[in-house]
Amino acid sequence: MKRKSQNITNKLPAAIALLAILVFWQLAAMSGIVPHYMLPSPVAVFGAFVANFSNIMANSVFTLQETFFGLLLGILLSFITATVMDRFDILNKAFSPLIIITQTIPTIAIAPILVLWFGYGMAPKIVLVILTTYFPITIGLLGGYKSVDQESIDLMRAMGASRVDIFRHLKFPQALPQFFSGLKVAASYAVVGAVVAEWLGGFSGLGVMMTRMQKAYAFDAMFAIIIFIVVISLLLLLLVHVVSRAVMPWQQARIIEREK
Amino acid sequence: MSLIRTENITKSYSDKTVIEDINIHVDKGEIVSLLGVSGSGKTTLFHVIAGLSKPDSGCVLLGDEDVTNKPGKIAYMLQKDLLMQHKKVIDNVSLPLVLGGMSKAEARAKADPLFAEFGIDGSQMKYPSQLSGGMRQRAALLRTYLASNGTALLDEPFSALDTITKSSIHKWYLDIMEKIQLATLFVTHDIDEAILLSDRIYILQGQPGKIGEEIVIKEKKPRAEDFSLSSEFLEYKKRIMSML
Repeated sequence: MKRKSQNITNKLPAAIALLAILVFWQLAAMSGIVPHYMLPSPVAVFGAFVANFSNIMANSVFTLQETFFGLLLGILLSFITATVMDRFDILNKAFSPLIIITQTIPTIAIAPILVLWFGYGMAPKIVLVILTTYFPITIGLLGGYKSVDQESIDLMRAMGASRVDIFRHLKFPQALPQFFSGLKVAASYAVVGAVVAEWLGGFSGLGVMMTRMQKAYAFDAMFAIIIFIVVISLLLLLLVHVVSRAVMPWQQARIIEREK
Repeated sequence: MSLIRTENITKSYSDKTVIEDINIHVDKGEIVSLLGVSGSGKTTLFHVIAGLSKPDSGCVLLGDEDVTNKPGKIAYMLQKDLLMQHKKVIDNVSLPLVLGGMSKAEARAKADPLFAEFGIDGSQMKYPSQLSGGMRQRAALLRTYLASNGTALLDEPFSALDTITKSSIHKWYLDIMEKIQLATLFVTHDIDEAILLSDRIYILQGQPGKIGEEIVIKEKKPRAEDFSLSSEFLEYKKRIMSML
């Protein structure tokens, strides 16, 4: 009970700040300091959201599918490469610089090439989401595997554990907290990655809709889509958070113990 | 016949001999201490006996089986409890059974009744972070017991505990050892602890580490409450201190 009320007080400043910004924004737009076509007011944005609701929903189905498959494949690919790299140190030495390079590839620059290679369908978008999510998850997993101390491994070996046993009972579960930190970063990039890919070619999706609205000078609708993307990203982060709690109940026990 | 016996073990790391010509043995139900200053090669010797590293020469026998460089034969407990944060205490403790091929449910069922005996009943479904240091060490010893086939190596198991917890855990340890009759080789740098708990003490001296002396503690078991205040105890202590 006490924890809950404490939680609310912790979040109160952020809520007030957000509200203050909205009010300030609305007042600025209403007073006419900022012309409406440059910055539509929050009320106008909300109006555009309602007016375009069915259109936004229809397009977001595509974007969400791309995000979902991209993230899923990104996780799978990260898991495989990080695990193999951890097992064979030579591969770790060979490929860790390359992994860092993947992170420095400018997404906007590569998206048109991906469209060229994979066409205008979902494939290039999914590939781009994989590219943006792969790095943080892989780095998280690799760091997590490395964080397991040698003494614990010695102990497992002394109990007659095989390499697979050590991975299953020790390395993988101990890498989970860092994996989830990486996944949080990845999830916050994923939707944006899909949208950016859609800007550069495609028939449907929130990114495609955004470029259309931009060409029609419907900035209020553009803002509505931007805010909707933010909300989706936040919900995705929340989902990762909920899953991480369910998967790692011991972390919760630790936090409660610390607060005592 | 001795349960654990080492024959002429020598081990070096990068041209530096750490331990040389070690011959020790532990008999059934015996607690034997290995006493030595830091850097005398205690941990190296334990790694060899546990089968984690291969000696340059010599061998380790368990009964009459050669277990040199074969881990998983002799249970090993380290200074830190090394309980896994992500497993409930009961799953930590029963891990050796699961590794031995038992199902999780079977392993839990086998471990559960021992919690009361080890004085940690009620902690089964908790996570290690919810236990005190002393309780975690008891859980680690229970895990070691379940991993053992009657023999165990304990590497300074109580050295991380505060003095008060330590003296209560010593008493508990002697009680539990009476019950489970585990043949134990026990590393410590604490002379009092060695005298209090052991049947015999080996002194590991010099560089490279060699077995200097073997002292038999004749005090009967279970030991009296005030053994650590008796003149015999002080005699042993004087003798050991003169050697180190």
